[in-house]
Amino acid sequence: MSVVKQVETAGAGAAPGAPRAFLEGGHALAEGAIQAGCRFYCGYPMTPSTEVLEYMARRMPQVGGVCINVEAEIEGINMVWGATGGGVRSMIASTTNGMSLMQESMSEMVLGRVPAVIVNMGRGQGDYFQCTRGGGHGSHRMIVLAPGSAQEAVDTAYRAFHLAEKWRHPVLIYGDFMLSHTSETVSFAPPPDTLDPLPAKTWVTDGARGRKPRLLTSLGMRLKEDASAGAPAEIGPGGGHGGTDTTRPMRDTVARHREIAAVETRVETAWLDDAKMVITAFGIVGRFARYAAKLAREEGMKVGYVRPYTLVPFPYETYADVGSRGIPVAVFENNAGQMVQDVRLGVEGRAPVHFIGEISMDGSGFGVGPKIDALHVLEKIREVYPRRNAA
Amino acid sequence: MSQSEAAEPSAPSTVTPGMEKVFTRSPLLGTNTHSLCPGCGEPNAVRVLMENIEEMGERENTVCVLGIGCYTAFAALMDVDCQQAMHGRAPAQATGLKRVLPDRLVFTLQGDGDMITEGIQEVIHAAARGEKITAICLNNAAFGETGGHMTATSVIGQRTKSTLEGRTPERHGYPIRLPEMLMGFEGVAYLARGTVHTPAGVKKTKKLLRAALETQRRGLGFSLVEVVTMCPTGWFVTPGEGPKFQQENLLPVFPVGELKRPRSLTV
Amino acid sequence: MAKSAGTVLIDVERCKGCELCIPVCPPKVLEMSVAVNAIGFRYPELSDGCTGCELCAEICPDYCFEVFRTTKPSAADDVAPEVRA
Repeated sequence: MSVVKQVETAGAGAAPGAPRAFLEGGHALAEGAIQAGCRFYCGYPMTPSTEVLEYMARRMPQVGGVCINVEAEIEGINMVWGATGGGVRSMIASTTNGMSLMQESMSEMVLGRVPAVIVNMGRGQGDYFQCTRGGGHGSHRMIVLAPGSAQEAVDTAYRAFHLAEKWRHPVLIYGDFMLSHTSETVSFAPPPDTLDPLPAKTWVTDGARGRKPRLLTSLGMRLKEDASAGAPAEIGPGGGHGGTDTTRPMRDTVARHREIAAVETRVETAWLDDAKMVITAFGIVGRFARYAAKLAREEGMKVGYVRPYTLVPFPYETYADVGSRGIPVAVFENNAGQMVQDVRLGVEGRAPVHFIGEISMDGSGFGVGPKIDALHVLEKIREVYPRRNAA
Repeated sequence: MSQSEAAEPSAPSTVTPGMEKVFTRSPLLGTNTHSLCPGCGEPNAVRVLMENIEEMGERENTVCVLGIGCYTAFAALMDVDCQQAMHGRAPAQATGLKRVLPDRLVFTLQGDGDMITEGIQEVIHAAARGEKITAICLNNAAFGETGGHMTATSVIGQRTKSTLEGRTPERHGYPIRLPEMLMGFEGVAYLARGTVHTPAGVKKTKKLLRAALETQRRGLGFSLVEVVTMCPTGWFVTPGEGPKFQQENLLPVFPVGELKRPRSLTV
Repeated sequence: MAKSAGTVLIDVERCKGCELCIPVCPPKVLEMSVAVNAIGFRYPELSDGCTGCELCAEICPDYCFEVFRTTKPSAADDVAPEVRA
């Protein structure tokens, strides 16, 4: 049984005295990363993640960091691998298709435990499967955080680097066009949960100064602990890939995910105590769902609200609680039904689960469409709200 | 015949007074053995590479980014920090590392399948940007680790498991000469090709690798050395036939020598 | 008095029997054994006449050779110091 932590309503609370700015979400996230110590960034222009690159191109040189506009996303993710391996906090932001391109290295960075931060400012919310099931191979999962506001994007930047190094595990931040381009007042201060001391970085390959050499690898190769001074030991019986236990990184990843899920699951909830139906959504879309729930309450419908902040680890327990009380869940997302599958897994058939979302994009296919609207969501809530007479 | 457990050195193998040791394995190669095939040329290149690192005093400053191939196993042999990269991606990974740690000596170790086939984009852009890394290609004109398949450097007529009748231009196109291709890039400071099919070739390759590493150490730009190596397994010849096969079939297509050298380099 | 100007120590347990050293030896003092080592390969055996030229060590992919060579004495070194001009 894991401890599911509560998060603040997206957009609430600025740390008193902290520096503030009025920034669009993509810029806010970028500045949050800088404040968290990120000093290496790669990007490739692609709507709607382009602005993160633009911000970093201006800002990174100011703090003595490196920003590279790469010639391909695949190059970028591997540069981030190299820089992270050198001990420097590194990040890349891309979009949807670009994320697909990077999947091989993303998968291997999980297996190799390369704690980088990867951002998908996506088109719509149709990359939920890609983020959480993984468009990649092997048993990998990243830690996936879905901020719902510019402030939460700032907090998520600090948190992503912290969690990545705490667990030595890459972290994926999943946003979208609206998050990236909506401007809000934000303040910059590390969230309290990111202030715990981090483990020493004993895996960094930055030149074997006064120590035995290290090998940063995803293939399960391992240098023997008892190598004599100056002589790295064998990889395994037979050397080379023979004798290498290539399944060990996969099994380690699965075990680590259980540990992560036990303590890092985070969710925002409201009005659950007397709820007759729950509406759930993720990301900035959650704010529309929450507002619709508030309007529904004003009409006398007892609607509760759940917004997963960590998509991995997913707050199955929260939905299990709801399901165990027989409360139906309506899932609103900007896709053809992806998070709804995880909701069903959480509810485990004990209550109805309604998918009330749809793909809603603007004409360009990059942004959000007219259905991402609180009144529309309210209408969908009315359609599925249980009509039996409540006691 | 009986199997010897620890063979006795023959009487001529006696170090007499007045003899000094003139050749020994670099300590940067450790005491481990490798499982690469008998007659493989790659270990020769790796040996002289490590000798250079030792002679330059750069062991503690060095990070090697290895691609995926038989040579990946050398991570267990080389007494320097290593990162393993995905197939073809080492130049990008080395770029990230070098950009954040510019005073380190960063080089890639890749095969022709890795660098010139899968990863040609990565090496071209690193060269174009003039990244101050050294890219080292072990070119045996085959995907050796998977058993002997065509790469972008397999030569016309070469029989592999994916070109059973021999590579032909009509069906398979022509091999790529990478150092020649990068000649016009302003960011590229040093380009060379060596061979390890003879002792003289191995010694010359050591000098070429040294020049490339010095180019990096002086911050002069991108450096690349392609080393043609024997692959009897991938060429379906005996280990003893490897050097002859290399000389007759590969070196006419991949001529050895220095193609580009910074004027200020004196090594 | 040494018959050879040089010698090699061969770590025969590392050898994989590739035989690349045999033809590169100028005085032809390397010959493959009949016996095999622990991993099943024949290995080079040295006869008299090694010059310590290092060519075998350069070509060996398994780093089997250590090479020794007589430091070049001039004829005068054999003469007592007080007799040297």
